[in-house]
This record gives sequence, C-alpha cells and structure tokens, in this order.
Amino acid sequence: MVQKLDALKESASQTAGPYVHIGLTPNWADIGGVYSEDLGRTMVDPRATGERIVVKGSIFDGSGTPLKDALIEIWQADASGLHNSPLEKRGEADPHFTGWGRQPTDGVSGEYRFETIKPGRVPHKGGRLMAPHITFWIVARGINIGLHTRMYFADEEAANAECPVLARIEHKTRIPTLMARRAEENGSAVYTFDIRLQGEGETIFFDV
Amino acid sequence: MPDEGSFFQRDRSWHPPAFTPQYKTSVLRSPRYPLLSLDNTISEITGPRFGHSRIGPLDNDLIRNYAKAGDPIGQRIVVHGRVLDENARPVAGTLLEFWQANAGGRYRHKKEAYVAALDPNFGGCGRTVTDEEGRYWFRTVKPGAYPWPNGVNDWRPAHIHFSVFGHAFAQRLITQMYFEGDPMIWQCPIVSTITDRSAIEQLVAALDRNATLPMDALAYKFDIVLRGRRSTPFESRPEGN
Ligand SMILES: [Fe+3]
Repeated sequence: MVQKLDALKESASQTAGPYVHIGLTPNWADIGGVYSEDLGRTMVDPRATGERIVVKGSIFDGSGTPLKDALIEIWQADASGLHNSPLEKRGEADPHFTGWGRQPTDGVSGEYRFETIKPGRVPHKGGRLMAPHITFWIVARGINIGLHTRMYFADEEAANAECPVLARIEHKTRIPTLMARRAEENGSAVYTFDIRLQGEGETIFFDV
Repeated sequence: MPDEGSFFQRDRSWHPPAFTPQYKTSVLRSPRYPLLSLDNTISEITGPRFGHSRIGPLDNDLIRNYAKAGDPIGQRIVVHGRVLDENARPVAGTLLEFWQANAGGRYRHKKEAYVAALDPNFGGCGRTVTDEEGRYWFRTVKPGAYPWPNGVNDWRPAHIHFSVFGHAFAQRLITQMYFEGDPMIWQCPIVSTITDRSAIEQLVAALDRNATLPMDALAYKFDIVLRGRRSTPFESRPEGN
C-alpha cells in the first residue's frame, strides 16, 4: 500500500437528456415567467465594437439526420482578442460583448443561429497567435459528455495557415471540418458551420 | 495560487464513453474518431461569470417560482452542497442550473409522452450561484421516476439534472443527481454508461437530517467536483511543439 493522494475526482458527466431546454432555455421551452430572458440569448450590445456576424448551421448524427433537441454554447474573444472573463489577465475586454452564447437547435429544422461578432486573434502559450475561432460545446440526448470543438473562419487563410492548434492536427484532411464558410445575407455576414457527430466528414472534437 | 495553471487532464475512464449501446440514442450521436488532445489555451482557461445580481429571489425555490395557485404536489425537499475543484478548493460564485420532472415523474415539455399528470404549480427549473465557500441551496419537490423510450420498459430513477459552469470553459459540466437508497439507480441504462461504481456513487445524494427544514422539507446533500488546475502559472510554461 502507498499513501492516498489528496485529489478529489471530478463528478462524472451524465447526458443533458431530451429536456435540457427546461433547465437552460425555459422561455424557449414555453416555461414562461420564471426567468425574464433565457441566459445567453443576447451576446452583443449595440455599443459593442467589431464586425457583426451570424453563425448558423446544423448538427448531424451518424445517419445524416439533424439533431432537433441539442443545445449549443459558444465562447469566444471580443474583436480585439480579449475574453469577457475575470480570468482574462491581458486586459479589459469589451464590456458590451459577453463572449458567451447559448442556443437550442430548432425543434423543426434542426438549425441553430448565433448573432455575435467576429473574434480577434488570441495567443497560444508562448505568444504565437492562434487564428480567430469560436469554441463550441454541444450537449443533447444521447451525448454522454459535452463535446468541445472549435469553429474557424475559412476566409482567414493567412491566420489559419499559422495557427499553432491547426498546425498540430495530424490528419490535414479533417481540418475542413472546423471551417465555417462565409456568405452575405441581406447585407450582413453569415457563417455556416455544420457539425457532424459521426460518419463521413466527422467533425474534429477536442479533449481540452 | 488558484485560477492560474492549466487544468488536470480529464479522466475519460471515470466519465461515460461516448458510445454506450445500452443507451440507444448514443449509438448515432457518438464520435468514432478519438478526441484530439488540446493543451489548454486562453480560450479554455477563461469562461463566463454570472453574478448574484442576475438571480431572482425565487430562482432557487422550485416550489414557488412557477406556482400560480398553491404549492406543487409532492415530497418537499432541500438540496444543498458545495461545488469544489479536484484540489478540494471551493468554487465560489459559479452558476448552477437544475431541472427535473414533477413528483409524478412528468416533465413540462411538449415532447414528453408519459401519461402522468402535469402539476399546474410546478415548472421544473431553477438556478443559484455558489457563495464564497462554494455552497449552494435550493428547495423543490422530490421528482418521480419515469419511463422512457429505450428498451420497451426502461425507467429512469428519480433524478435532478445539474448544469455547472465553474470558472473556466474547460470546467463546463452537466450531470445528474440521484437519491440515496433508490434501487432503480442500478437498473438504469443511462446511469450504467458510467462504468466505475464509485463514480456512480459520487452522484448519489445523501439524506441529510441535519439540513431538513422542520415541518417543511427533507434534505439531501449533493457535492459537485469540477476539474482542478495546476498551481504553476500558465504563462511561465515553456512552449511545446
Ligand atoms: Fe431526466
């Protein structure tokens, strides 16, 4: 026998289940009057700086069917690459941008949609800049532990080419699964980022 | 020096794997490629923070936060505990959100197919923020067990769903709390996605007579542990690669 280590074990994850919206987006789930607004619905205050963008897409299962009961949270830097977090030690982030959003996938179409701003670049350890990216966290019925991935911007070719995280991906053929495509809709920038949980074109998920 | 270093690697053998055929929905929703290891960057060691100011006075009282004409039916309970990290340090000021079925096992949700009755005075959601010692407290009714479409006759043990933020996005966690003494815990295909018995037992809240509200509510104690961090500052680590 040896001495026991003092460390506790992290509580094990359990699926968010089919009714995650009751807890996390109750107004969207027709449970009105408990909270004034669902948390994470609005990320951008009109005074925020940076380019307004829409990020939308679908999450597909291994049969190619879109998930209509998933919940996505995103976390990102502001336009100058700073996070609206007490743990951001490099400076003060834009107080008019939360950096955090939460949206369900639509119960009929399966599409999700975030109205946010384009993030600036954030340094990797050692100081090299990562390409602009948005962190995604996906939970749903059938997902036993939340899935982390990153959305990158396909039109940021130069930044993507020197991103230290993308550079470490051994299977270069999978990098396009992290890239959102830009289009214009009614004069504003819309990025489409589809996520594939399984099968051809399976999205890269990270153990963070 | 809390809140400085990168996080301890997640013990993936303690958590449920993605692919668990006894829980049928996981089969098509589980990635087949291994997860790609990502050393924590600033994007993962930061995270949103939600202050007490956002929380309404009834948000942690599921007996009152939806009720329109009287209290919900059911065994009144208090759920309390602490949020700690793997270093056994309290996680202060973190948002907890919880949701559950009513006392009859019925969720207030349009996709719910169980015949048990809705309770007009029970919504089923609540939230609170931990204090300086990482403590939290809320009041609700004990949820009922319910059947669900998986096997032809699978039932979930009574449980409350918990969502926890921690201080960094790398700590983000959703889990479920079960109740001491419930034999159905050991018959549930979702519980059994966790293979380590002690990991399951860590999710079972203890009946806590000392925390009861006399003549009001029984109490259960449920501590939650989030990932811990190294004490070495993040910035001083040499660059890898
Ligand atoms: Fe449930």
